[in-house]
Amino acid sequence: MFKSIKSKFNNDADEKSALMKPEKKPPLGKMFWISVGWVCLNIFLAITANLLPLKDPIAQDYNAISVGPSLHYWLGTDDIGRDILSRIIFGSRISIAVSFGAMLIAFGLGAPTAMLAALRRGRFDNILTTIMYSLLAFPAIIATISVLSFWVPRNLVKVIIVIGIASTPLVYRVIRTASLAVASRDFVTAAKVQGATDRRILIKEILPNIMPILLSFLLIGIASVVAIEGALAFLGLSISPPTPSWGNMINEARTVMSSNPWLVIFPSLALCLFILSLNFIGDRLRNYFDVAEVKI
Amino acid sequence: MPKLWLLSSRYLRGDVGRYLLQRLVTLIGILFVVSIGSFYLIHLLPGDPAVFILGLNYNSVTKAALDIQLGLNKPIYLQYFTWIGHVLHGNLGTSFISHQTVISTISRALPVELELIVLSQIMAFGAAIPLAMRSARKPDSTLDRVLSASSFVLLSIPIFILIVLLVLLVSIKLGIPNTGPSTYVPFMQNPGVNLMSLLLPAITMATGSFVLYFRVLRSDMTGILQEEFITMARSKGISQRRIMWRHAFRPASVSLLGSAGVNIGGLLASGFIIQFLLAIPGLGFTLIAAINTSDYLLVQGIVLVVSAGVIIVNFMFDLIIFFVDPRIARD
Repeated sequence: MFKSIKSKFNNDADEKSALMKPEKKPPLGKMFWISVGWVCLNIFLAITANLLPLKDPIAQDYNAISVGPSLHYWLGTDDIGRDILSRIIFGSRISIAVSFGAMLIAFGLGAPTAMLAALRRGRFDNILTTIMYSLLAFPAIIATISVLSFWVPRNLVKVIIVIGIASTPLVYRVIRTASLAVASRDFVTAAKVQGATDRRILIKEILPNIMPILLSFLLIGIASVVAIEGALAFLGLSISPPTPSWGNMINEARTVMSSNPWLVIFPSLALCLFILSLNFIGDRLRNYFDVAEVKI
Repeated sequence: MPKLWLLSSRYLRGDVGRYLLQRLVTLIGILFVVSIGSFYLIHLLPGDPAVFILGLNYNSVTKAALDIQLGLNKPIYLQYFTWIGHVLHGNLGTSFISHQTVISTISRALPVELELIVLSQIMAFGAAIPLAMRSARKPDSTLDRVLSASSFVLLSIPIFILIVLLVLLVSIKLGIPNTGPSTYVPFMQNPGVNLMSLLLPAITMATGSFVLYFRVLRSDMTGILQEEFITMARSKGISQRRIMWRHAFRPASVSLLGSAGVNIGGLLASGFIIQFLLAIPGLGFTLIAAINTSDYLLVQGIVLVVSAGVIIVNFMFDLIIFFVDPRIARD
């Protein structure tokens, strides 16, 4: 709290030095690029899974039940002889589709309205912000679980819509706070005086300036949706077996955990590394652009 | 120090009174929104909700009983008033699946839930406060770097993976008794076994809280320790211990309490999966069981109770923060 007050006072000085010496920024570091590479690899594999020489993730090989990692089965097979590597890669499709889809909805709804509210202020801002903040008080995970349990029959699109809408108020708050700081700056006033339309100001003036916050929050948001989708799969509210997803793989493997722990460990590792990379990229970007701590 | 005199009528006229009144009005408003949301849930069911709620028990007699209980034959706004009237009298309906009142099922599960949360919060605060204070006093020391890095990694492990891995390691590989799934017994029956069976879930829930509290407190403390009033206290020769706990901790505890309020509310919700996996009969376990048996009235009741609980917990923490730092009433 005190830090934020302090940084407000020092804001002008920082800005000036940042403008004058842009090359002084510390490098992003090796780990950052490794994380970016890992996330890109995951996305690439998820998109091209059908074209890759992978085994069928649902096909059962009764000659190879619960075998350990080998040349033929890189990560081994599960208790009914399905190839784990291919299940993990096909499973990543669900996590990636849900997280990107949900964040597309959340940012699509939340970001433009938040920017407009920050620019216009007045009654529009007041009403919208009151609505969003009261929605924010409603625990999002309970809303998600309860809506999904009542909205039968369940499918992937409904999961994406529900998570997306449940995350909208949070996106709204973060983007509005960031845009408010930009909207009161002189160049926005100058654009207004020149008679620029709201749309032009939003796209040309405000959006580029909140891009770092938007990007890092988007990445961290995607990471949290991956975790939420996993949790929903655990509760049987997301995609149902035999279609693999990281969450339901871990859930199914739970019952044979004592005899074959790899079944739990491989998908868990895939999920954690993906989330860790996204969080790391988001965190580094935030430091790089010197954005104040965003509470999630 | 709870300054209860602030609530006396003299203060209710000033900023403080306006602040408290405003918070109270907001609380009631949000509870109203939540009640509408919970009420509307059963109308998400396709077609006639009665068919889904009654399930296999559907016949003309039970349908008539349900219509009276929920007022299903009336217009929707009257249904809401029928329902909220019952709720305010502590009547959340009677399940047609388990033939028990929803409120009795919930009141059996609630103590388990609360025990779990209290245990996990004791662990989380007990570990986070001393470690964050030590880290903040010597930023960039080995301890600080190790803790910051590991807290970042822990932040990226979802709780459902953490609990599965802990069960794998502790109950299966190490074979420690009474820690695995389905070992829960009520506290009154056998306190030792009860605490052992709640150990892993409590650790899992504590981990997330620990990471949050540690990061919040550490970043605030490092900021505050550079303030001038700390330099002043140092130059007066006040002991390090007293500076840390009396001068720096109190301003730093405001945002710690803020995040604790949000987090404890969230724990009510996120404990679901842990309870489901280890078959601990708290609210989460009951909720998932209710979803799986299509016991929609019970789901609705739990959603209402948990959401209201989260909001009331947040409100209580707002009040505590206000007593710690009454200046927030002026903003």
